[in-house]
Amino acid sequence: MSYIENHFTISIATVNGSGSQTANGVLLRSLFRMGIPVGGKNVFPSNISGMPTWFWIRANAKGYVGATQKAEIVLSLNPQTLLQDQELVKSGGFFFYQDHLKSEVSFRDDIVAVALPFKSLAERIQAAPKVKKLASNMIYVGILSLLFKIPQELVSKVLTQQLEGKTSAMAANQEAFAIGVKFAEENLTNLKFPYRATMQTPFQDRVLMDGNTAAAFGLISGGCQFISWYPITPSTSVVESFAAYAEKLCKDENGKNKYAIVQAEDELSAFSMVLGAGWAGTRAMTATSGPGLSLMAEAAGYAYYAEIPSVIWNVQRLGPSTGLPTRTAQGDVLSSAFLSHGDTKHILLFPANLEESFVFGQTCFDLAERLQQLVIVLSDLDLAMNLWMGPVLRPLETAYDRGLVLCEKELDQAGFHRYADSDGSGIAPRTVLGNTHPQAAYFTRGSGHNHEAQYSEKASDYEKNVLRLERKMETAKTLVPKPIVQHKNAAIGLIYYGSSDAIIEELCELMQVSLNLCRIRAFPFSAEVFDFIDSCEQVFVIEQNRDAQLKKMLCMEPACDRKKIKSLVHFDGTPISADSIAQKLKNEIAHV
Amino acid sequence: MSEILQTEKINLKHYEGRPSTLCVGCGHDSISKHIITACFQSGLPPQQVVKMSGIGCSSKIPAYFMSSSFAFNSMHGRMAAVSTGASLVRRDLNFLGVSGDGDTGNIGLGGFIHLIRRNVPMVYLIANNGVFGLTKGQFSAAADESSLSKSGKQATLPSLDFCALAIQAGCGFVARTFSGDAKQMVSLIQAALRFQGTAVIDILSPCVTFNNHDGSTKSFSHIKEHDRSLQELGFFSAQAEIQADYAPMEKLELELHDGSHLVLRKISDKNFDPRDKMQALQLLQNFRHSLEIPTGLLYFDDSRPFFQTTLGLVEKPLNTYTENDLKPSVEALVEQQKKFQ
Repeated sequence: MSYIENHFTISIATVNGSGSQTANGVLLRSLFRMGIPVGGKNVFPSNISGMPTWFWIRANAKGYVGATQKAEIVLSLNPQTLLQDQELVKSGGFFFYQDHLKSEVSFRDDIVAVALPFKSLAERIQAAPKVKKLASNMIYVGILSLLFKIPQELVSKVLTQQLEGKTSAMAANQEAFAIGVKFAEENLTNLKFPYRATMQTPFQDRVLMDGNTAAAFGLISGGCQFISWYPITPSTSVVESFAAYAEKLCKDENGKNKYAIVQAEDELSAFSMVLGAGWAGTRAMTATSGPGLSLMAEAAGYAYYAEIPSVIWNVQRLGPSTGLPTRTAQGDVLSSAFLSHGDTKHILLFPANLEESFVFGQTCFDLAERLQQLVIVLSDLDLAMNLWMGPVLRPLETAYDRGLVLCEKELDQAGFHRYADSDGSGIAPRTVLGNTHPQAAYFTRGSGHNHEAQYSEKASDYEKNVLRLERKMETAKTLVPKPIVQHKNAAIGLIYYGSSDAIIEELCELMQVSLNLCRIRAFPFSAEVFDFIDSCEQVFVIEQNRDAQLKKMLCMEPACDRKKIKSLVHFDGTPISADSIAQKLKNEIAHV
Repeated sequence: MSEILQTEKINLKHYEGRPSTLCVGCGHDSISKHIITACFQSGLPPQQVVKMSGIGCSSKIPAYFMSSSFAFNSMHGRMAAVSTGASLVRRDLNFLGVSGDGDTGNIGLGGFIHLIRRNVPMVYLIANNGVFGLTKGQFSAAADESSLSKSGKQATLPSLDFCALAIQAGCGFVARTFSGDAKQMVSLIQAALRFQGTAVIDILSPCVTFNNHDGSTKSFSHIKEHDRSLQELGFFSAQAEIQADYAPMEKLELELHDGSHLVLRKISDKNFDPRDKMQALQLLQNFRHSLEIPTGLLYFDDSRPFFQTTLGLVEKPLNTYTENDLKPSVEALVEQQKKFQ
């Protein structure tokens, strides 16, 4: 029998709140420790317990860990979804289900269905009923470990680390794992299971982490000292991770916090607090998602006109309130770019992976302080809450850019006009709270001011000011992260951004044609984006929203050759997959 | 919070603001004047003050005093939130906010209550005239149920009592005054500036254009006639000798954290003790039934920690930290990632 090594996807269907997170995490991390490229995705409901949830583990020697539509191995532990789960199995794949449900369903004949006595196996665990129930998930880890030939001592070690400090849970979980292994040894050795996890050179200097944790490390390294927020899925863990690690990394010698975190009464208040803190001269941000972003709109306009450095870390999802808060999307691109009233425009950053989630934790503040503007970082649920591989994160060597902040000495040498363009860049120097120079103070208000920050309703003052703000956006084009371009002299080009990056290499392989690639990392778009479009005969913009929002923003730019651009969209709330986009792209090309 | 500096070099001129653009005779102009007096008499340099406001006639007030203080004329109802952010960054400065009854009680009620819950150190003045002046006279949530608008319309909803709300939300310095009572207001502001936490002063300040007619309970004549001053107030800085020759039964001395004192001589109700929360709430409730307006210090409790303390924040202002202080070392950051490897 020939084996398929390090190339498989497992989908584990459970009920949320049943404790499967530990088991799934142990299985995923064990594969990671074997040096096998992996990714983990949790497809979960907006509910605390009792509803269907699926955890997807993809192991792929080539490093393709984006989503797939089907899995080679499906483990169905949720009676509610038995039929649905069967449909997830790839033809020729394996379907493990609970044996007591056998009579209820007829199985597909192109898959191998294996009944497992989970219930009776779980009864053998020696523990209190509640612990027993939670620990029982480790039984399937034991079974799968044996089938995939994952070293048992490795799994056991990972489990020990995962449950550090939880003594009663530890014993029950280890026991459950052993029960699973033993059952598989005694009953499944004859199963012709072709998938194998084989040990590779262990990864050096890699982490397996979710994007929000990477963002939290990035914000800490980027000097963030103020967060005000209102909890909202899927951005909550940005702040909770920040709080957990700041506790370890951001205290002074007396054990006092060099940062403040305020849980606000609503998102408008949260972002208003950020404005207060940013105006006062510290690196301040909030984290939110679409519905929260909507509430922040008024203050976003204020940030634009009063020129207050500020950051919103927006983890995109579907909306609104009772929408699908646990499903992923890139649907806030347009609303973020133009959030608020009048001629407002904001700087956007699109992190695509763990490393960028981290790096942009500093970049967002560098840009916000240099340009005295709101910067909105657009992550998404897939990147933010799922588990990805990336390098161990190290603070950037690049120094913070604190922008033009005048101190007392500088004010002595030159006059200070708060809203006067100093060098044609549109950027006006500012002062911050605590500067005691007699000229330092100024009166901050919305847009009704002249270049000296004095009250003015004169048409010419307003016009002059907004034209300067426009110049600042031109300057921003030269400062924001440039696109990552891979030019292969092909006719067709792909433009994409954010978490769609995870499928691109695989997509290119599936397409079997050469494609030029351009990953956009920021708005306003830098000149290189339009050079890329000019260099292709046709460009497809891949994005995760219905309305092709980024494509529309590209088409708004005079430099854009609109006739060349088409869009490929994915917007059902599931993570984007290479196989589905490849199919769409093939259809498009066939029609050309 | 900063120590309030005594300096002789600064004269009254340094406390001036831009010329007022409010209606002639507006009660709010008296508030600007009394703020200037209070800050000047305290020897509080304008550079130590940060002026905050929301939106409305009230929120224009910061433009009319102390031009050499930083100011943030924010958004409607957002003074509390913006001040919270700025105050956490510069705990050494004195935040003086001027909001209105609409800015506080209508659009900004949530922010007002939560600011107090957090005990953000700031003086929160409410220039209360019962109406929206800038949009020409609609009732605010502070309009009394029986009050008539300029066009003769009667207010039909119960009014909010900002002082009672503040006490219930945990505020430790709650007062009510009248823009026409210079002595009372100046003493209250001086004491409020020394309070370590949120100090709320509800200032009845008539709108001469839209709410100064017969039938209004916020007109000059109505307030003057119904003002029931609870105490005669005297503020004495830490250095000053307390000169208040009051009978012991009538006298109450409250010490503030910097050693200064607010001395009260009880007038209308000799048994009223502003350190008793239930008495304060009972008093406000009793007065609701009469048309009288109790003014003076309503509640005082300096036992609650202010927000910076609750958050375990460093003493040093946050905006004085540099990259060297903030960027973690490679070793420290890598150490925290061990469990992800």
